[in-house]
Amino acid sequence: MIEPQAAPAAEPATGQALVEAENLKVHFPITSGLFQRTVGAVRAVDDITFDIRKGETLGLVGESGCGKSTTGRALIRLRELTDGVVRFDGVDLTTLKRDQLRKMRRRMQIIFQDPYSSLNPRMTVGSIISEPIETHNLASGRGKLERVKELLALVGLNPNYTNRYPHEFSGGQRQRIGVARSLAVEPEFIVCDEPISALDVSIQAQVLNLLVELREQFGLTYLFIAHDLSVVRHISDRIGVMYLGKVVELGPPAAIYETPAHPYTRALLSAVPIPDPRAERRRKRVILTGDVPSPANPPSGCRFHTRCWLYERLGRPENCRTDDPELRIVQPDHRAACHYAEDAMQSDVGVAHIGAEPIKRKAFGAGPGAHKPVADDSVPATLVTGVAPDEGTGGGTGGSGTGGAAPPE
Amino acid sequence: MTATDDDRRVDPGSPAVAELPDTEKLPEAVSLETEEGRRLAAQLADEKARHARKLLEVRDLSTQFFTKDGVVHAVDRVSFELDYGETLGLVGESGCGKSVTALSLTRLVPDPPGKITSGEVIFDGVDIMKLSSEEMRLLRGKRIGFIFQDPMTSLNPTLTIGFQIAESARLHLGLSNRAANDRAVELLSKVGIPRARDRMGDYPHQFSGGMRQRVMIAIALACDPMLLLADEPTTALDVTIQAQILELIRSLSDEFGTAVILITHDLGIAAGMCHRVNVMYAGQIVETGVVDDLFENPRMPYAWGLLDSLPRLDEERGSRLRTIEGMPPDLIHVGDDCRFAPRCPYSRDICLEDEPQLTEREGPDHLARCWGTEPGRAWIE
Ligand SMILES: Nc1ncnc2c1ncn2[C@@H]1O[C@H](COP(=O)(O)OP(=O)(O)OP(=O)(O)O)[C@@H](O)[C@H]1O
Ligand SMILES: Nc1ncnc2c1ncn2[C@@H]1O[C@H](COP(=O)(O)OP(=O)(O)O)[C@@H](O)[C@H]1O
Ligand code: SF4
Ligand code: SF4
Ligand SMILES: [Mg+2]
Ligand SMILES: [Mg+2]
Repeated sequence: MIEPQAAPAAEPATGQALVEAENLKVHFPITSGLFQRTVGAVRAVDDITFDIRKGETLGLVGESGCGKSTTGRALIRLRELTDGVVRFDGVDLTTLKRDQLRKMRRRMQIIFQDPYSSLNPRMTVGSIISEPIETHNLASGRGKLERVKELLALVGLNPNYTNRYPHEFSGGQRQRIGVARSLAVEPEFIVCDEPISALDVSIQAQVLNLLVELREQFGLTYLFIAHDLSVVRHISDRIGVMYLGKVVELGPPAAIYETPAHPYTRALLSAVPIPDPRAERRRKRVILTGDVPSPANPPSGCRFHTRCWLYERLGRPENCRTDDPELRIVQPDHRAACHYAEDAMQSDVGVAHIGAEPIKRKAFGAGPGAHKPVADDSVPATLVTGVAPDEGTGGGTGGSGTGGAAPPE
Repeated sequence: MTATDDDRRVDPGSPAVAELPDTEKLPEAVSLETEEGRRLAAQLADEKARHARKLLEVRDLSTQFFTKDGVVHAVDRVSFELDYGETLGLVGESGCGKSVTALSLTRLVPDPPGKITSGEVIFDGVDIMKLSSEEMRLLRGKRIGFIFQDPMTSLNPTLTIGFQIAESARLHLGLSNRAANDRAVELLSKVGIPRARDRMGDYPHQFSGGMRQRVMIAIALACDPMLLLADEPTTALDVTIQAQILELIRSLSDEFGTAVILITHDLGIAAGMCHRVNVMYAGQIVETGVVDDLFENPRMPYAWGLLDSLPRLDEERGSRLRTIEGMPPDLIHVGDDCRFAPRCPYSRDICLEDEPQLTEREGPDHLARCWGTEPGRAWIE
């Protein structure tokens, strides 16, 4: 079947944009009183501009409520825009008629966070997956059933499970069903909205590997939304960091994780727990105080100034309170929205993970004595099985979590 | 504003208990003639006795749920110890028995359908299985504080924050209304709620998730407990708020010498917070050790595979993640085998025939439940 492959796309994305967001705004009205008068707005997404290149995975991180899901939905027009433009393959989605939009939708899909509520409990797995096939008249009769079976096998489920119901599956398996459904229409672009957040640790890696394999096989473009920075780093070609409805930093993983230019990104990095006791003890943390302010009433100037450690260190410069910083280029292909991005880049906050010798451990499942476990019938895992130890026997270097990794450049 | 955290943690491995002066030398230091001297001597003797024992000794604890589908072996012959002031992690995936272990320690298992079917729990020298329900209730209130994943389910939405904290101090410490109120204000500011006195009259819904968790911590600490049971205290929170809450738990446990049992599925949190870690799988402890040792040299394939499947910030990007295949077993059909065998890339015939026991590995501090690393027959390097 599919060979295990490196996580980032083997061929880096071409420069051509598949999805473009221009001055995207999504506001939700706040109403009050008997007549539901509008008294304000939650500025969930507030004027953001970015693009997603063909074949690339753009990671989107940020704290809950910062607008990640709203952005993802607006890109495929599952949410009406308050303002701005979204283009897909050059076509402005905001001007499309209903029918044209329906055709276009076939090319973009979404996978949700919660594998429990996103599948209709009264439908069999077969009908869940064939629904989009019918909607778009892609196959019928025998052909449809064959296609459903093919899709189940593709996501590592037993193809004979078409008559089972969602409750008969575990969380990870349900997420695979969701993936199969979204693949049914052969999309080019998939919004993955926290697809592994609700899963158990040992299952997260399985689903993550599956998404990577499918991406390689079908040349998919992903918007990968997550709050876990280690996961996003693993899967993304570029990463956007959001705070209170804004994209505050955008760039490739090396830029975001090694020379982060926004104080918020650095604070996030310093807060991520590292599963290495020694690394954890070495770290110096910047702990942000306070909570994220309300998106209905964001702070003036730079929205992060109420929690910004750099603002404090610099003696609370006035422009942070008065001028909203633009997302500007700080290095080639690396943008940040901070008046003092250059100072942020000079600091050592949030980059303790660099240059540190990672914990040394022999690779799991490799080496003498290891074999492929006998798969139990209730645990169909055709795709995830046979994670062949790629470094063979012996030293046990390389691979995830083992020593011998070169220090990041 | 920001706070920088330097290396404040206790060296893992050495229990976080202060060095105790030697009682034998006491006559030179204090006079037993005075009341103060006798009090001090008694206190030291008491502390010395404590030093010799553990805060918590759990032996062969089993808890089962009697359901219509069958008997769920949620906690199966679990044994472990906890030192005074120590932070112990309990990690493992959903349904492996972490929460039920915590509930069993405090005899809070819902009955029916649950029942503690065997075992001993010695808390500060007292066998809690022998206590009456009333004595148990008192012990819980005074000596053990709880923090849960979702503070909203444990806070009463109709009572003010101030009342709920003061109530705890009033009930368990017997403080007057006024003193309890003062204690509540003190605790609220201690857990980092700004303008604590003004917020005493607020209701839980007026607080954010992170602030509610701070309130829970204040309530848990109201009576100065010896043990804090924290069940996924930050799982519902964002990473920057999580960092705040973990820092708070760490500094309070250092300050008051409170022991902590931290239940988490996040191995990064365990690495940063705990002296020792118990890894659970399918109702059993499968490995236990001092963090450094366990993370570097796991001796049971499940613990090992779990550690190896994590993407990390500080490793080379791009490698395919290692996975543990399959899923954990249900806890109704358990047999006399290694419960990890169907998923284990190292299994052999013996693993299906005989149940491995939790036995010593490199030293008495590192235990594992695995034939493949069992001294004398090991085949895993
Ligand atoms: N009230 C109950 N009735 C029946 N079974 C129960 C009950 N409570 C827990 N169990 C079962 O006991 C086992 C252990 O559950 P427990 O809540 O301790 O898991 P956990 O490790 O805390 O998981 P999580 O990470 O999801 O919180 C599970 O199989 C669960 O289904
Ligand atoms: N349908 C809705 N109606 C009103 N407010 C909403 C709606 N969906 C999201 N919001 C608000 O918009 C903001 C951003 O939400 P969301 O995009 O879901 O954030 P994230 O995915 O980053 O957690 C939040 O303040 C949220 O409460
Ligand atoms: S613009 Fe000012 S307040 Fe905003 S992130 Fe930069 S330094 Fe901080
Ligand atoms: S006892 Fe056997 S099956 Fe169980 S973890 Fe050890 S090697 Fe694997
Ligand atoms: Mg979301
Ligand atoms: Mg639990």
